[in-house]
Amino acid sequence: MTHRALHYTPINLGRWLVWTSFALILLIAPRVFASGSGLSILSQMGTMMIFALSYNMLLGQGGMLSFGHAVYSGLGAFFAIHAINLAGGGVLPIPLSLVPLVGGVAGMFFGMLFGYVTTKRSGTTFSMISLGIVELVFACSLMFPGFFGGEGGVAGNRVIGQPLFGISYGPQIQVYYLIAFWLFVSTVGMFAIAHTPLGRIANAVRDNPERVEFIGYNTQRVRYLMLILSAFFAGISGALSAINFEIVSAENVSALRSGAVLLFTFIGGIGFFFGPLLGAIVGVFLTVLLSEFTKAWQLYLGVFFILIVMYAPGGLASLIMMNLRIALYGRFRRILPSLLAITAASLLAFAGVVILIEMLYHLTLESANGTTMSLFGREVDTAVPSQWIVGVLALVFGAVAFRLSLRPFSAVWGEVNAEIEQLVLKAAK
Amino acid sequence: MEFTLISLLNGLSYGLLLFMLSSGLTLIFSMMGVLNFAHASFYMVGAYLGYAISTTLGFWPALVIAPLVVGLIGAMIERYGLRTVHKYGHIPELLFTFGLSYVIVELIQVLWGRAAVPYKIPAVLDGPLFTLYTTAFPMYRGFMMLVALVMLAAIYLLLTRSRIGLVIQASLTHPDAVEALGHNVPRVFMLVFGGGCALAGLAGVIGGNAFVTEPAMAATVGSIIFVVVVVGGMGSLAGALLASILIGLLQTFAVALDWSLQSMLSHFGTQVAIDAPYYRIFSITLAELAPIMPYLLLVLILIFRPKGLLGKREG
Repeated sequence: MTHRALHYTPINLGRWLVWTSFALILLIAPRVFASGSGLSILSQMGTMMIFALSYNMLLGQGGMLSFGHAVYSGLGAFFAIHAINLAGGGVLPIPLSLVPLVGGVAGMFFGMLFGYVTTKRSGTTFSMISLGIVELVFACSLMFPGFFGGEGGVAGNRVIGQPLFGISYGPQIQVYYLIAFWLFVSTVGMFAIAHTPLGRIANAVRDNPERVEFIGYNTQRVRYLMLILSAFFAGISGALSAINFEIVSAENVSALRSGAVLLFTFIGGIGFFFGPLLGAIVGVFLTVLLSEFTKAWQLYLGVFFILIVMYAPGGLASLIMMNLRIALYGRFRRILPSLLAITAASLLAFAGVVILIEMLYHLTLESANGTTMSLFGREVDTAVPSQWIVGVLALVFGAVAFRLSLRPFSAVWGEVNAEIEQLVLKAAK
Repeated sequence: MEFTLISLLNGLSYGLLLFMLSSGLTLIFSMMGVLNFAHASFYMVGAYLGYAISTTLGFWPALVIAPLVVGLIGAMIERYGLRTVHKYGHIPELLFTFGLSYVIVELIQVLWGRAAVPYKIPAVLDGPLFTLYTTAFPMYRGFMMLVALVMLAAIYLLLTRSRIGLVIQASLTHPDAVEALGHNVPRVFMLVFGGGCALAGLAGVIGGNAFVTEPAMAATVGSIIFVVVVVGGMGSLAGALLASILIGLLQTFAVALDWSLQSMLSHFGTQVAIDAPYYRIFSITLAELAPIMPYLLLVLILIFRPKGLLGKREG
């Protein structure tokens, strides 16, 4: 096998294309979803994307599973809202566009403080300590109502100072563009950090800390530095959410919020840089939109997460990339029939599960409002057994069909992937 | 004196309950390397099952049946869920149990509603056990301590004196050798996981009516038992016992004391003015600090003794 020399290519066309189209999507998105709720959801997705990307700096790149990442974004948000209030009162001369930096620096400061303790250990112990820290900060936030505002939180008004070029940050669309700008800058920043020597050695620490120690690096310092940088971006996202909602409460530093970012990031996929972006979209979609339709959304989120952990540990991003690879090698047509069959079977089983869960929720939690409910636009009576049988039948048939189609699917899937591996090996030779 | 003794007893009983939870967690962790994030959820399942069974069959059958059912559920989850994830490594296993904790809370709410359920102490055990000076010590607290101690002795005997205990101990350190000797190590893992969950379930049955049986109970106790496991030293049963009792005592004593920096200063004849900056820091009392005591202890332990009180290795 011969070694191919690496060439320095300052102008990487593919990369320029990807980043330009990312910027274009950010610019155009509010034109497509122009309604008030559309803009609000886009703004939430933007902040969640920064948060999830910063989380993935720990989990995906550094191998640190944190249960307490909301500490940094939440404390950043508190500092940002106080900065906004001070600026509004004329005490602090700072424009709103730069308030995210205040949040970022605050997040970074607490990253330095708490990270010193948490990064002393790695693996599962790190996870547990991060959970301890988030509980500590959450309990403290209720203990010092002067700074944290107690149960009600701290409110602010983001319209401060004179409008510049007609931008007052009053309308939601202007806030969206502020978030989009910081999202773009932070994404570029995090992508760049992933490719610095620090980012690379962080990957090595994730994969084999022992060997990294042997080549003379201090693994704890690598984890510590990654955590500080990640806390900086988390702080930015917290500040943006403070600007977006104009209120910050103890919930922002809770274990619940930390758990949410973990769920979203993992669902999106921790193995690819863009995975957390997908995860943020799906996560905000599930929490904001789905929670309006069904009371059981947390159950769906939990089950969806477990299924991803069990059957697609690379997340949605890896599912897309695996299918894309097959399509690139022109073999998508071969897996298509079995892929369609298995998708149809899963959808049928899923529909059955949804029917059963919705009826169960209605029966136990809302039985006071009568036994009828509307499901998929149809009136359903939870007291009638036949309705339950529909759900059970859909589930059983779907599950059986899934079992039957699983074997042919995995056979052709393995076959196609083995062929591609062969081609890749041949090309390398 | 009276306050010290009563607080000591209350702290001991709370600490022993924490140990019932953390012992299962530690056993599972030291054996399989899996940190069971859903462990406190099994505690909650135990409490709800205990409530459901005690309303139909009575408390004593619930004390036996509920832990067994929880153990069975745990074993099934190990067999059909965790074992699939095992090949990806420890972090996905932790994530799996993390997702599980979400699902269990939701299922509990579907079955028993979002409010607390009226899970009562059985009439036989309701009442004072003895009176110390003027304060009565509840009989149920004594019963909790008794159950925890019996359980502690049973685990100790099972692990050191029985054949299955020896196989478990051997699979801890040398799984391949044990497998070569013809033991089914995955089944041993399943047993340990189920057993650990059953211990959590037992703690739920006797803890659920001593405290409140509600959907939030897993979250409140969950992070504390993780603190116990880290403070005691990962994978050390004796360390878990020590840390549980330490945290139990710490919290019970702190909750009853309204000492603050302000009151300490007033001993020396000075005071901090109410309008002084940082007055809040001086006025905060130990009782208010009680909820964060375990986490402060965790931070201190990590700074001064990173392997935990009785831990053997740093990881």
